Amino acid sequence: MVDRIGEVIEASTGEFMAQCYELHQPPPFGSLVMTKEGEVEIYGVVSGATTTSIEPGRRPIARGSEEADEEGIYRSSPQLAKLLRTEFSALVVGHRENERLHHYLPPRPARIHSFVYLCDTDVVALFSQSLDFLSILVSAQGQADELVAASLRHAAAAHKAPRDFLVKAGKDLAVLLGGETNRLNTILRRIRG
Amino acid sequence: METLHNHGERRLGIVASGSLTKGVEVRLDGGISVEDIAVGRYVTVEGEKRRFFGMITDVALDAIDPRLMTMPPDVSDPFIAEVITGTSTFGRLHVLPALTIGGDALSLLEGPQPVKTVPAHFSTVREASEQDVERVFGQVEEKQFYIGTPLDMETKVRLDPEKLVMRSSGVFGKTGTGKTFLARLILIGIIQEGAAVNLVFDMHNEYGWEGTSEEGRKVKALKQLFPSKVAVFTLDEENARRRKVSTDFVVEIGYDEVEPDDIAMLHETLGLTDAAVQATYRLARRFGERNWLESFLAIEGREELNELAQSLGEHEATLAALRRRLEMLRRLRFLVPHASENAIQRILESLDRGIHVVLEFGRYGDDIASYILVANLLTRRIHERYRERVERAKGEDVARPRPLVITIEEAHKFLNPDISGQTIFGTIAREMRKYNVTLLVIDQRPSGIDDEVMSQLGTKITCLLDDERDIDSVLAGVSGKSELKSVLAKLDSKQQALIFGHAVPMPVVVRTREYGSPQSYKEFGFREALERKKKAEEEAKDLWG
Ligand SMILES: Nc1ncnc2c1ncn2[C@@H]1O[C@H](COP(=O)(O)OP(=O)(O)OP(=O)(O)O)[C@@H](O)[C@H]1O
Ligand SMILES: [Mg+2]
Repeated sequence: MVDRIGEVIEASTGEFMAQCYELHQPPPFGSLVMTKEGEVEIYGVVSGATTTSIEPGRRPIARGSEEADEEGIYRSSPQLAKLLRTEFSALVVGHRENERLHHYLPPRPARIHSFVYLCDTDVVALFSQSLDFLSILVSAQGQADELVAASLRHAAAAHKAPRDFLVKAGKDLAVLLGGETNRLNTILRRIRG
Repeated sequence: METLHNHGERRLGIVASGSLTKGVEVRLDGGISVEDIAVGRYVTVEGEKRRFFGMITDVALDAIDPRLMTMPPDVSDPFIAEVITGTSTFGRLHVLPALTIGGDALSLLEGPQPVKTVPAHFSTVREASEQDVERVFGQVEEKQFYIGTPLDMETKVRLDPEKLVMRSSGVFGKTGTGKTFLARLILIGIIQEGAAVNLVFDMHNEYGWEGTSEEGRKVKALKQLFPSKVAVFTLDEENARRRKVSTDFVVEIGYDEVEPDDIAMLHETLGLTDAAVQATYRLARRFGERNWLESFLAIEGREELNELAQSLGEHEATLAALRRRLEMLRRLRFLVPHASENAIQRILESLDRGIHVVLEFGRYGDDIASYILVANLLTRRIHERYRERVERAKGEDVARPRPLVITIEEAHKFLNPDISGQTIFGTIAREMRKYNVTLLVIDQRPSGIDDEVMSQLGTKITCLLDDERDIDSVLAGVSGKSELKSVLAKLDSKQQALIFGHAVPMPVVVRTREYGSPQSYKEFGFREALERKKKAEEEAKDLWG
């Protein structure tokens, strides 16, 4: 089963941004999501999420001083949920075309308003049978090491032998990172579980 | 990870670089621990066109990033350690390819061939399977001799006695490494396959009736295993009796059989000056070849000696010193004025009948002078007879004598550079098998043996050596010398040997086959008395119904 969680609101070949249907319910950092471009399934690893006001430049103000708990704020101002939105970004790590999985970028980016699904463990396990997508993640902008670690933790959970999976992934990373011993160490410490 | 216990096909890694002369570098796969690898083991390399067969000659550790060594990752964490090994850090093997096996139709037809190239980059390297080893060393048939098994394998490694005896060969290794056990096995191989007749100069009484293992256990020697094919001769009947060894012949040597040449071989052992050695030849001219020693030893008084010196034109001091030194010969009971029976004749008769002769030295084995004197003296005469017969066989239509192998321990005493040019043993080693006589030399200090003699040895079997000079001398002139060197230096201190040369298709490290258990004797066809009786009874029953 795949879970529909949002819609693409910005897309490029290597990345897309989606808005979640549920406020405060983005897919976990490092998890695998899927969207479509025609017949092509585009897979991405969730690389970050934000929740902001829908009007650019306007920030919510603090409202909870009189409330007993945080949920109370939303109960007292039900319109609030409509003024906020949760978005997440995903790095494209592969696609499926004609039934075949490829661990490299698709020919075209996702279309705006394409639905985005959270992949279930079967799909995650299948997709992460090849670790070729790691090369995309290690060269990501920003917190690449955190992202690599998170996505591997995620993928490991979908495998029958998580440790074996992580050792294999670790070895691939050791090769990918070559001389970058520090980065390798950082990631390994984050996935050793 | 794959299990350590192999069925022979475990993948080890890939070829990373290499050359024909120096061998190839193999990068170990991550899952393979360097600790599971031992030098001396065999591997196969799947080249693009052929399969290569080679030996691991070195194991090394390496890292992609040298910084890794200054900032080691947290390898106390088993997970991190497992990731790092084989990737950031990895093992390296050095492999010396020796033969190509199979792969293309031609090599399947021709059998293993010497290598003329190296396998391509990234060729897969695997542990050799039992079948691969068998393909290289040949299948050992039931009655055929084998010397041991390759490291961590069950396949038997054949040492071809026929090929072995074609040229002289050597067994080396430092003390206590198993030379004597190996040599005894080799002699058994020669006897079993009838490749030659043996004459063994048995310094420490270990080859004839029984030897001892280090734990003090008795092990059977040749006569017990092959009673009808082996004769034990002794120089020391008393000692043999005390050891309850029944001997076939007691060897006596007459003074009249000792020639100046025999004394010359002792110059080092007895501390004779050149002048003293020269004097023996003059004495022989004066008293005659057959009488000189007895006559000289009979001189007791100083005056008489001085007179003799004067008449020979020798210094008195030279003769006096010679006389003193030769006095020790009188203590040797086997030396008698005139031997009642000719030992050389008896030895030759036995050899002619295909009976192997072990000459035990009894207590005289501890006296190196006796050993050198007797071995030289007998060998010189026997070799002479062999030469005559071979020469005659060339002219007339008579058979050449059976190939003869002469075994000596402490070979450097006979073959050191100072004397190897003069001794009969040096001659035999150099002339190869011209007269159907070859040597099996046993030594713990091969560097003491003349280089030229070493280079003439067709097959060398060496246990652990740790002296650099000894290692160099054994490996001189071998291709892949520096690689084999590291293999040799890493042998176990017992019952392991590196064999190379004529009698094996490629260098091989073997665990020497076990010797001394009832099972081991059985493999040589030995039957306990009870069993022999039973068999005889059975045969009788078959015969009479
Ligand atoms: N093939 C073998 N089978 C069983 N035991 C062996 C074998 N080879 C060696 N050994 C053990 O090792 C001991 C030493 O072997 P051996 O006497 O042959 O050594 P060596 O090299 O001849 O020593 P040395 O230099 O003192 O003459 C033996 O007494 C025996 O216990
Ligand atoms: Mg010995």
